[in-house]
Amino acid sequence: MVKDTFGDRVFDVIIHVVLGLTLLIVLYPLVFVAVASISDPAAVLAGEVWLFPKGFTLMGYEKVFQNGEILNGYANTILYTVIGTLINLVMTTLAAYPLARRDFFGRNGFMALFVFTMFFSGGLIPTYLLVKNLGMVNTMWALVIPNAVSVWNIIIMRTFFQQNIPLEVQESAQMDGCSNIQILLRMVLPLSLPILAVMTLFYSVSHWNAFFNALIYLSDRGKYPLQLILREILIQNNMNDMVQTNEESLAKSLMQAESIKYAVVIIANLPVLMLYPFLQRYFVKGLTIGAVKG
Amino acid sequence: MANTSTRSVRYLRREAAKSLRRNWDLYLLISPVVAYFILFHYVPMYGVQIAFKDFLASKGIMGSHWVGLKHFERFFDSYLFWRVIKNTLGIGLYELAVGFPVPILLALMIHEVRGKWFKKTIQTVTYAPHFLSTVVLVGMLIIFLSPRNGFVNMIVQLFGYPPISFLTEPAWFKTIYVFSGVWQQMGWSSIIYLAALTGIDPQLHEAAKVDGASRLRRIWHINLPGILPTITILLILNIGSVLAVGFEKVFLMQNSLNMDSSDVISTYVYRSGIVGAQYSFSAAVGLFNSVVNFIMLVTVNRLAKKAGGTSLW
Repeated sequence: MVKDTFGDRVFDVIIHVVLGLTLLIVLYPLVFVAVASISDPAAVLAGEVWLFPKGFTLMGYEKVFQNGEILNGYANTILYTVIGTLINLVMTTLAAYPLARRDFFGRNGFMALFVFTMFFSGGLIPTYLLVKNLGMVNTMWALVIPNAVSVWNIIIMRTFFQQNIPLEVQESAQMDGCSNIQILLRMVLPLSLPILAVMTLFYSVSHWNAFFNALIYLSDRGKYPLQLILREILIQNNMNDMVQTNEESLAKSLMQAESIKYAVVIIANLPVLMLYPFLQRYFVKGLTIGAVKG
Repeated sequence: MANTSTRSVRYLRREAAKSLRRNWDLYLLISPVVAYFILFHYVPMYGVQIAFKDFLASKGIMGSHWVGLKHFERFFDSYLFWRVIKNTLGIGLYELAVGFPVPILLALMIHEVRGKWFKKTIQTVTYAPHFLSTVVLVGMLIIFLSPRNGFVNMIVQLFGYPPISFLTEPAWFKTIYVFSGVWQQMGWSSIIYLAALTGIDPQLHEAAKVDGASRLRRIWHINLPGILPTITILLILNIGSVLAVGFEKVFLMQNSLNMDSSDVISTYVYRSGIVGAQYSFSAAVGLFNSVVNFIMLVTVNRLAKKAGGTSLW
C-alpha cells in the first residue's frame, strides 16, 4: 500500500467539503418544509424559522384533513396508481419475457418497433384526438391506458431475464413438458422478484406524480388526482374554501394559507417518504441492471 | 449473390415457421403489447397528417381537406415563432451545459469518498428529490422564492439587496428552471456513472499508485476514460432531446409576466391545440418539433460513431 501524499490529503479534504455543501443544499429545503409545516405560520412568515420549529402547531394538517377535495384527490390517486401500476407490470412482463428468449424469432423486429417510439412520436394533438375518439376522455382509462408500458422499462426487465435466468434451465423445463407460459409463471417470475419490485417502484412513483394527462383529459373535479388539487393550492394559490375569509382578518387567512401549503407538500409525499428507506437498495440496482446496455 | 439471398430467405422462413410452431404462446404473450404500440404510438403518427389538412371533427382525419404547408407557413411567419424557438433552444442548451456535467462530477467525487457512512448519506439524500412531483417542486420554488417572505429573499435582504421577484422576472426564468432541475436530478443521474465507476479494474489504480500518480491524476487518466462510453451514450441521448424541453415544469412555472422567456414549443402546442382547439395548426408545430429532434439525434449519433466509435445504434 502506497501512502497518501500531502497533495492527496488536501484533495481529500476539498472533496469532503464540496460534498458536504452539496448535502446541505439538497437537504435544507426538504428539512425547511417539514419544520415550517409544524411551526406557527406567523413565525414562518416573519422569517424566524430556520432549523427548528417555532410555536408548534398542527393547524395546517388539520385544515388539509378537513378538506374533502384533498381527501378525494388522495383516494383517486391511490386508485389510479394501483390500477395503472398493475397494467404496467403485466404489459412489461408480457413484452420483456419473449424478447429475452434467444429462440424467439423476430425479436429484433419487435424491439425495433418498440424502440422507434422512444425517438419519434405523433405528438400531443394526434394522441389527444385518438384518446378522445376512443371515448376515454373524462374516465380513469385516459390516465392508465395511453401509458400502459414504457420501452425503457421493457429493456431493463429483458436484460434482467437474460442475465439472471439461464436459457438452459428453461430448455430443460421445456423438455419436461412445461409450456412457455408455465415456465414464465412458475420459474421466471418467482426468480424475478427484485426486478418486479423495481418496476413497481418506478411505475407507481410516476403514476403518483402524474398530472398532465389528468389536466387534459379530465373535466370532472370529482375525478381529479391529488396533483391537480395540489397545483391549485401551491401554484394557483386557490384555496378559498379552505381558509376562513368571512369572519377573520385577511392577515389570518394569509397565514392559514401558508401553513396549508407546507402541510400539503409533506402529505403528498408521505407514501414515498415512508417507503424510501426500504426501497433504496432496489432502485439503485434497478437503474443499473439494464441501463445503457441496450 | 441472388442464390445466397434466396437461400437465406428460405432459411429465415424455416426458422420463423419453427419458432412459430414451438413458441406460438410467446407470440400470444407479446401480442397485447404490440397492439398497444400500434394503437397508441403508430396510429398517432398516422394521425399526424392533420398537420397538412384543415381538420374538421365532423369529417374525421381521412375526410378533412388537404391544405399543404399552410399551417407550417403560418407558424414560421408568426411573430411568436422566434420567441418560441429561442426559448426552447436556450433552455435546452443551458440545461445541457449545466445539467449534464454536474452528475458526472458528483459521481467522480462520491466515488472518492472512503467513509462508508458519509458515502451512503450523501447518496440517500441526493437521490431523494427525484421522487418529488413536478407540482410539488414548482410549489416549493414559489414558496422559497416569494419576494415577500421566501427564505431565499430573506438571505438576499440580509446582504442589503432589495428582494427579487424571481418567478415573474423573465431574466431569471431559465436559470431557475435549470438549477432547480440540477437540484432535483443530480443524485439520480449520477447513479449510472457510479455504476460504471465500480466496473473499473482496481489493478489499474494500484499500478498507477506504484508509479506515483496523485489521486487527481488517477481520476483524470483512469476514472474519466473508464466512464467515457457511458458519458458518450448519455450525451447523445441528451443532445437528441435538446428541443424536447420538458413540458410539465415549464408549464407550471409559466405565468403571464415571464412568458417572454418561458414560452417554448410544447407549451405553445398545448395552448393553441388543447386550449384553443386549433388541432391542425398545433399538430404542425408538434411535428416540426419531433422532426427536428429526430434529425438532431441521428446526426449526433453519426458524429459520435465517427469520432469515438460509441453510438446508440
